[in-house]
Amino acid sequence: MEFRAASDQAVLVYLGEEIGLASHRRVCKLLRLLQEEPLAWVRNLQPAYCSLLVSFDPSQVDHREVETTLRRYEQRAGKMALPEPRTVEIPVCYGGEFGPDLDELAATHKLSALRVIELHSSRTYHAYFLGFAPGFAYLGDLAPEIATPRLATPRKKVAAGSVGIAGTQTAVYPFTTPGGWRLIGRTPLEMFRKDREPMGMIAMGDEVRFRAITREEFVAWPLR
Amino acid sequence: MVENPGLLTTVQDLGRPGYGPLGVSPSGAADSVALRLGNLLVGNELGAAALEMTLVGGQYTFPEGAVIALAGADFGAELNGRPVEMWIAHPVLPGGTLELGLTRTGARCYLCIAGGIQVERFLGSASTHLLSGLGGFAGRGLRKGDVLQFGTAEQRIRRRRISPQVLETLKPRKSLRVTQGPQTDSFSEATARAFYEGAFRVSEDSDRLGLRLEGTSVAPKSTREMISEGVSLGAVQVTPSGQLIILFVEQQTAGGYPKITNVIGADLHSIGQLRPRDEITFARVSLDEARALWIAQEQLLNSGEELFA
Repeated sequence: MEFRAASDQAVLVYLGEEIGLASHRRVCKLLRLLQEEPLAWVRNLQPAYCSLLVSFDPSQVDHREVETTLRRYEQRAGKMALPEPRTVEIPVCYGGEFGPDLDELAATHKLSALRVIELHSSRTYHAYFLGFAPGFAYLGDLAPEIATPRLATPRKKVAAGSVGIAGTQTAVYPFTTPGGWRLIGRTPLEMFRKDREPMGMIAMGDEVRFRAITREEFVAWPLR
Repeated sequence: MVENPGLLTTVQDLGRPGYGPLGVSPSGAADSVALRLGNLLVGNELGAAALEMTLVGGQYTFPEGAVIALAGADFGAELNGRPVEMWIAHPVLPGGTLELGLTRTGARCYLCIAGGIQVERFLGSASTHLLSGLGGFAGRGLRKGDVLQFGTAEQRIRRRRISPQVLETLKPRKSLRVTQGPQTDSFSEATARAFYEGAFRVSEDSDRLGLRLEGTSVAPKSTREMISEGVSLGAVQVTPSGQLIILFVEQQTAGGYPKITNVIGADLHSIGQLRPRDEITFARVSLDEARALWIAQEQLLNSGEELFA
């Protein structure tokens, strides 16, 4: 457990040094304990792969006290039970106008587009955390054969539902936003709805699978 | 009623902190100090929703009248064709028109209305989150013809001014005070020196998500990819090409670029008043100094009567 001041009102708690389930479980457990036994001075919590950003009210505490308290929480967090992961299936129409980077990505790896789709849709991914935009889940780990860096220049507009790849991660864009991930397909699902409970289709800790669907299935998808 | 929304006018309050686990950034007013003082003038809760105008004001009519106050940057406002002062409440008779022009000082002017702007809340806040189209008025900037509702307010108007000394103390700064960031060690001493001695220009490509800076190139010692982590408001992140970006109210909640430094809480509202092409510098302070500055600023903002002239 390592602490670094992120700002005068935030501290980063590192619970590991790599992307992996062991350090991620520690993040989930500490987060859960902080949610179940909230501290009055905590203003926001931002989990990630192996860290938790804790924003606090500096009128009430300073960095030293935050660190002492969080150490005590972490000692108890190990006993926290995590909920059984849900399995979420995301239908995806791969390639074509929905996945403009699929062919180039396949060519880079000397694979056929079909093989890329197969590799992407045959794995179960772990939802590490949500970030970037509401409901945007960082999913890992991608098959190493198709891991690809982000685009050098991000797109100004990526359509909602787009499925992208960045490094060893994959994700679905819940909203039409700018974005630099390589797009390989699109889901007809609405990933985030404020009138739904839960609002996000994917929650932290979920197991996520992708299933290839045809263009016809995409167009006819009932939830649209 | 919106006759002309200016360049970008959104409904904002003090934001929705606490939803990081959902990937939702707090959002909220870019200059929360101006919003709070403006609300104080019209007798609202300090966190009531108001209109945040950006660089160009626009034109608004009040079919049923209202009590308003303008706070933040001076956009040369006129009420029914006559100049109106900032930082004081004004009654607007039914049918009155408020017209604002180009900014004369900072980037954002707040139109606070007694009773507060009433919109459907998203996760407890009226703030507009433009990136995702959530919150505020239909999740977007205002358009001509939009009709906004505001709550009922007490009838008695107290026409009091915010004291000039208070405004001077809270004046937006061009020299932003910063503390260490989580990756301060990733930059060499020479780079850090160049950063603190250098001046930067705010790029045109700046918005509520972040402000891009032009000037001295600042590169980390190593280009090794970092594991994405939560990023705090006011973080100054450095892209591999040496581009500096100050993460702002509608920031992405996590990212993988190193952060050389972080703007202190007491100066966050100053970021909200930076315009494209403004020149800024950074001044390093300790965490304890930053905390003392924050506590002093909060005490001042919560001092009630003492804020008035």
